[in-house]
Amino acid sequence: MCVCVCVFEDCPFRFENCKKQHGVDDNKKSSVILVAVVLCPQSCPLRRDREQVGVAAVLRTRICTSRPETTSVLRRDAAMRGSKRCRRDRPVCMTNCPTLIVMVGLPARGKTYISKKLTRYLNWIGVPTKEFNVGQYRRECLKIYKNFEFFRPDNEEGLKIRRQCALSALNDVRQYLCMEGGQVAVFDATNTTRERRDTITRFAEQNGFKVFFVESVCEDPDVIAENIVQVKLGSPDYIDCNTEEAVADFMKRIKCYENSYQPLDEGLDRELSYIKIMDVGRRYLVNRVLDHIQSRIVYYLMNIHITPRSIYLCRHGESDLNVRGRIGGDSGLTSRGKEYAKSLGHFIQEQNIKDLKVWTSQMKRTIQTAEALAVPYEQWKALNEIDAGVCEEMMYEEIQEHFPLEFALRDQDKYRYRYPKGESYEDLVQRLEPVIMELERQENVLVICHQAVMRCLLAYFLDKSAEELPYLKCPLHTVLKLTPVAYGCKVESIFLNVEAVNTHRDKPENVDISRPTEEALLTVPAHQ
Amino acid sequence: MLYNMSSEQNELTQTPLLKIWVPWVHSTLSRRRGSSVPQFTNSPTVIVMVGLPARGKTYISKKLARYLNWIGVNTAVFNLGQYRREAVQTYKNYEFFRPDNEEAMKIRRNCASNALTDIGAYFTKEQGQVAVFDATNTTRERRGLILSFAKEKGYKVFFVESVCDDPDIIEQNIMQVKLSSPDYENCDKEEALEDFLKRIECYKMTYVPLDEEKDRHLSYIKIFNVGSRYLVNRVQDHIQSRIVYYLMNIHVTPRSIYLSRHGESDLNLLGRIGGDSGLSTRGQMYASALAAFVQSQSIRDLKVWTSHMKRTIQTAEALGVPYEQWKALNEIDAGMCEEMTYEEIQDHHPEEFALRDQDKYRYRYPKGESYEDMVHRLEPVIMELERQENVLVICHQAVMRCLLAYFLDKSADELPYLRCPLHTVLKLTPVAYGCKVESIFLNVQAVNTHREKPPNVDINRKTEDALQTVPEHV
Repeated sequence: MCVCVCVFEDCPFRFENCKKQHGVDDNKKSSVILVAVVLCPQSCPLRRDREQVGVAAVLRTRICTSRPETTSVLRRDAAMRGSKRCRRDRPVCMTNCPTLIVMVGLPARGKTYISKKLTRYLNWIGVPTKEFNVGQYRRECLKIYKNFEFFRPDNEEGLKIRRQCALSALNDVRQYLCMEGGQVAVFDATNTTRERRDTITRFAEQNGFKVFFVESVCEDPDVIAENIVQVKLGSPDYIDCNTEEAVADFMKRIKCYENSYQPLDEGLDRELSYIKIMDVGRRYLVNRVLDHIQSRIVYYLMNIHITPRSIYLCRHGESDLNVRGRIGGDSGLTSRGKEYAKSLGHFIQEQNIKDLKVWTSQMKRTIQTAEALAVPYEQWKALNEIDAGVCEEMMYEEIQEHFPLEFALRDQDKYRYRYPKGESYEDLVQRLEPVIMELERQENVLVICHQAVMRCLLAYFLDKSAEELPYLKCPLHTVLKLTPVAYGCKVESIFLNVEAVNTHRDKPENVDISRPTEEALLTVPAHQ
Repeated sequence: MLYNMSSEQNELTQTPLLKIWVPWVHSTLSRRRGSSVPQFTNSPTVIVMVGLPARGKTYISKKLARYLNWIGVNTAVFNLGQYRREAVQTYKNYEFFRPDNEEAMKIRRNCASNALTDIGAYFTKEQGQVAVFDATNTTRERRGLILSFAKEKGYKVFFVESVCDDPDIIEQNIMQVKLSSPDYENCDKEEALEDFLKRIECYKMTYVPLDEEKDRHLSYIKIFNVGSRYLVNRVQDHIQSRIVYYLMNIHVTPRSIYLSRHGESDLNLLGRIGGDSGLSTRGQMYASALAAFVQSQSIRDLKVWTSHMKRTIQTAEALGVPYEQWKALNEIDAGMCEEMTYEEIQDHHPEEFALRDQDKYRYRYPKGESYEDMVHRLEPVIMELERQENVLVICHQAVMRCLLAYFLDKSADELPYLRCPLHTVLKLTPVAYGCKVESIFLNVQAVNTHREKPPNVDINRKTEDALQTVPEHV
């Protein structure tokens, strides 16, 4: 007899509802399907905690009914790809099997830049992603890098070590995708030979991973030189070298790869899924995009650029509701808020920013702030503050009074917690994704938004986890200037010298639903 | 209640219909610095199709125009074949298209200029933002003509070239759309097919595809073999990026999309809008009937999508198959009017009620949404629907209207009044250049929730006039 079992042993509905929810064939004697969460009814109090696990698809195990104890043998069954699956995916995470992204290209073509950026984006939208940089494995193996001779194609010893490193990295990829709930792995290495790529393809097939190649082709010597200066010179490999030596050595390193480089070929590789990025995004060749996640990856890669620019994030000026310690609403600026708006206007003038675009939400307070700048601005509904549903315009004290359970649940998991009839930070991220995409396309932009919104945007740029995101400090009257540099983002925080209330509420120590009121309100910032 | 009158002249006021904050200057709304319409594109864009006949150019043109119009970008298709049919009333045979036919060449060139003139007029006089120039445009000379025209007027140009060498696909194309063309009205199938193939040969002789080297300064996408490969060059701006993304997500594999609302809910019965109630008894019956229907259709690899609201999930549960929940499919947020009856809305917010009737598409509920907001919210759903094959979407009245408007190319004015009754499944099957719709009522009675636009939409209308078209309820 077939029984559906919720992964979590303490789930009160473990054996019950699952059965009728996905039409399991009662005659199949020996299969038990473990389902992660989704089919648990909404009323199950544990459901919300568990929802994050829903991201990892269904894990199936074949268990003989005579040995029901052996539930520990879990193996993601590659053959399940086409079969019925019992799960609910969040719309962004619609892969059936894990995806292995394989970077391809000569050194200094931006592979690591792309890997890191892509990983950051995918994690932000909720797809667990990790990058595996083979160069790092090599550095761990080799401890000291002498010079480019290590990379000579006739260096047998070198080749052996490099091959081992690649295999070791692939092993970790398998571990991440099969055991640790990863959805996408980015394999960051040159992968310039067809032979190496075949090895990886075979490895992926064996493990039931989809493969997507991202090749970066660039012949512009200026771009390559800039790359080397920006990221290679600071590499651990060249810690004890001066700039000239490092550049000379690195150029010779590139030469070692050039002779054996076999780019992805339109004819020979027509069955593979890939994107070839040429000349830093001037031209793209896209072949056989298989699924949603690959389509999103292609769209993202086609929208990013490396033109130097800065993004300015700030909140609206202090609002009437801020001062009264109330959340949400659609109030106007206080006099200090208006002062801030003026200061912001001056600040922008001083910065002398080329072609600055200004974006606001559709709420009064951000628009009032932008109006003081006396420049054109664009209103985005997507930039509106998080909807606090039934708690709109309440003080934290009132929320504690009327909805103590909700208040505690929010402290337990601020990222996923959704206000009744409102939104969660997780919902916000979904809503903000088109904003991020457009920010990537643009150059200099000033975004005047709200606390929760700014936290989400900041988390994207600074690669903050879902746990950290809701507690990022985004005080009023402070502009954050973000400038992409090397593999990350430089942040400058500029307080515009106009006082404002503090609206940041830290996570209190006691998040238990039965906590006393004082402990719940311990971290509420002062207000009128 | 709607305006924030203040002593300061640079205070903001909220426009009554759209609920957008704008500066209040004297008693008139001055030119707003703030634009609340997403700036997709600053200058008008001409999308130029390129390719031999029967490569899907018109299919792509129409589909792209439908998508762009739906997301709010005014787009029109200019099909050169139609201009030619107007100039040359009767089509004799393929000889018209021979490259050495001087007379015909003159006519064809004339048609092209006329089309370009009309494109100019569309941009300047009809607030068009994107024009799709649907023609073969297979010679460098013709493309050069278009580029100079655009440069002179300050329009952006984006080429979409469809390259296909699979004879099966080409024949499919011809069968699906060419044989029924006005050109071949009086021919039998074989004659038509033969003539058309000769027509293609005429073009082949002078076809110069977009060249990676020579055309490296142009912005274009080259689509190979119905989407297995794409070459994208120099995407200039946001709208071109969206167009590329869209083109890379559509496919021509036959499939059907099933749209349905949740089963009748408790609030439906009471004539109340919004909320998050469960199914009534009849609603439950519908859910079972839906399950039986889906089974009977024997649909291959059907995906089922619902919203996050109880009533759609309850409906899906009865199907006994895996389903996916999309928050984006939630019903329109009626803000302050959530869970009210129309009578109560008229009672408490008569002006809002009237404004809604004046422009139901753009009207935003106080602290809620508009149909226009919903279209933006649903865009990722549409994009994923394009990627997928067989899908059943269990959603809500306003949501279903938005989705239906996309598939059936309905305007913003028609959209909020599309009929989407409870307990009825709409089966949409792409066919030729459009969509076939089958409406299947699953034989379980339900209340009517459709409210027509009343004749009197004035703010000062009487209550009876306002409530004239409210459907019956408990």
